[in-house]
Amino acid sequence: MTEKVDQSKRHFLTIATAVTGGAGIAFAAVPFLSSLKPSARARALGAPVEVPLASLEPGEMIRVVWRGRLVYVLRRTEEMLGRLVGVTEYLRDPNSSNVELQPSYATNEHRSLNPEYLVVEGSCTHLGCAPLPQFEVTPSSDWFGGFFCPCHGSKFDLSGRVYKGVPAPTNLRVPPYTFSQTNVITIGIDSGSA
Amino acid sequence: MANNEKKQSESSSKLLNWIDERFPYTETMRYHITEYYASKNFNFWYVFGVLAMVILVIQLFTGIFLTMNYKPSATDAFSSVEYIMRDVEWGWLIRYMHSTGASFFFIVVYLHMFRAMLYGSYKKPRELIWIIGMLIFIVLMAEAFAGYLLPWGQMSYWGAQVIISIFGAIPFIGEALVEIIRGDYSISDITLNRFFALHVIALPLALVALIFVHIVALHEVGSNNPDGIDIKKYKNEEGIPIDGVAFHPYHTSKDLVAIIIFLMIFSMVVFFAPEMGGYFLEYSNFEKANPMATPEHIVPVWYFTPFYALLRAVPDKLGGAILMGLAVILPLFLPWLDRAKVKSIRYRGWIYKTALSLFAISFIALGVLGVLPAEGIYILLARIFGALYFGFFILMPYYTKIDKTKPVPDRVT
Repeated sequence: MTEKVDQSKRHFLTIATAVTGGAGIAFAAVPFLSSLKPSARARALGAPVEVPLASLEPGEMIRVVWRGRLVYVLRRTEEMLGRLVGVTEYLRDPNSSNVELQPSYATNEHRSLNPEYLVVEGSCTHLGCAPLPQFEVTPSSDWFGGFFCPCHGSKFDLSGRVYKGVPAPTNLRVPPYTFSQTNVITIGIDSGSA
Repeated sequence: MANNEKKQSESSSKLLNWIDERFPYTETMRYHITEYYASKNFNFWYVFGVLAMVILVIQLFTGIFLTMNYKPSATDAFSSVEYIMRDVEWGWLIRYMHSTGASFFFIVVYLHMFRAMLYGSYKKPRELIWIIGMLIFIVLMAEAFAGYLLPWGQMSYWGAQVIISIFGAIPFIGEALVEIIRGDYSISDITLNRFFALHVIALPLALVALIFVHIVALHEVGSNNPDGIDIKKYKNEEGIPIDGVAFHPYHTSKDLVAIIIFLMIFSMVVFFAPEMGGYFLEYSNFEKANPMATPEHIVPVWYFTPFYALLRAVPDKLGGAILMGLAVILPLFLPWLDRAKVKSIRYRGWIYKTALSLFAISFIALGVLGVLPAEGIYILLARIFGALYFGFFILMPYYTKIDKTKPVPDRVT
């Protein structure tokens, strides 16, 4: 039996033990981290929501909840649609060029399938407050009516497009939706996929 | 008679010996309490550490009793808090002690931190104590934030909505991270349940562990003093610092006076002004959480408002979030930003005295602005005081180096 200690062997064993243990911890972490994600029940509650439009008057807006999120459905008048054209220069992203924020069928000036009906999430893209509808305002040089967030003062036009110089970085999000029947919107199902 | 007493003391020392052979009881008591020597010239700034410990005990104790009647679910949470307030015997007192304790925790911790800045307690060799202390502060903020969601009122809900959304500003991983924090697509029963777990188990455990390490580190290097000098330089023949007195009974008896005065003020608030005009308990929180409508005016509790004012001062989501995070993190680097050769404000020059005063003013001003609506002149003021706040830290390596310091005495004054 020799007195000499084989340091390189010790070093190898230390590293090997640490790596094995580390891999074990990494695998064991998966179930714990996954348990933090939305559960099967939370995902199931995200089922599509049907919204009948028959009783919605022009200029009227209703609030519905889809996946626990607030969704605004606004029936715009001709006059409101006319206002969308004039505000373009005050908007940060008038052409909805950020493709993640709306389905492809809503990438247009009115940000909707049917110009008459606007469907947007009622969650400010800044910090998630619910913007207030302020459709009729005295037109001033920088505010023509739309959605106003009371928390930090972000402004959106009647298509949910964000104004320049406010804290919200992007337009309001448009959820996937489709006209499942005449006068019924289903939120949560993409148009064309059903 | 005398014989009897002698017998008694003999048997108690026998018991002590029995314990000491199995557990370092006498040794620990001596090292941390009866033979821990701290400077004899402590002033009133030095009571806030002990007061923070007192509040910690109040919060743990009242918290356990609240847990016995509180229900962490979206349907029952709000009504179970009302139940504690109306139907549980003395429940109102236990809850008001807990809610008032939260605000007092921050008052005392902010003063404790300011003490360190006044007398350079973060400087070498106490850098680690300061860093552990900053970690305690961050965990305390998380603990307070998680606790604020539990009553499930309007401000609980929308306050959490705003604060959690801040994490969504992080590029690439932001949205996924927000979903993992909430455990749902919006703040829901699931979010409430996990915040309850964090508030009553995970974060208090972390807090207690960090406070233990904070004190172990302090007792290793010894306490600073208002002169910012090393009392271990002059020791008597027994090796005891001449300018030091034992923590017990000398500092403890002084601390007891502070604790009594503190408890008097604390009781006055608990009994006569537990809502503190809407600052300790916000009025919109007496209404149950409603995901369909945001309150007109969202304000966090007062102890977060200096940071909230900075978040709102920037008209950019990511920029505001970064600024807010920086404001919390920057003090961590004080030990290396401060280049002065002296510790205490008593021997520093006019530049540092001015800088520290401006810092204190801007912190309080930001706190006031965080409560006011973010419009007009208030945004401009928040930017000015924000610049002063950051200037204090960023310019520190420069102005502490050129500042003229006075000679430091050998012994405490």
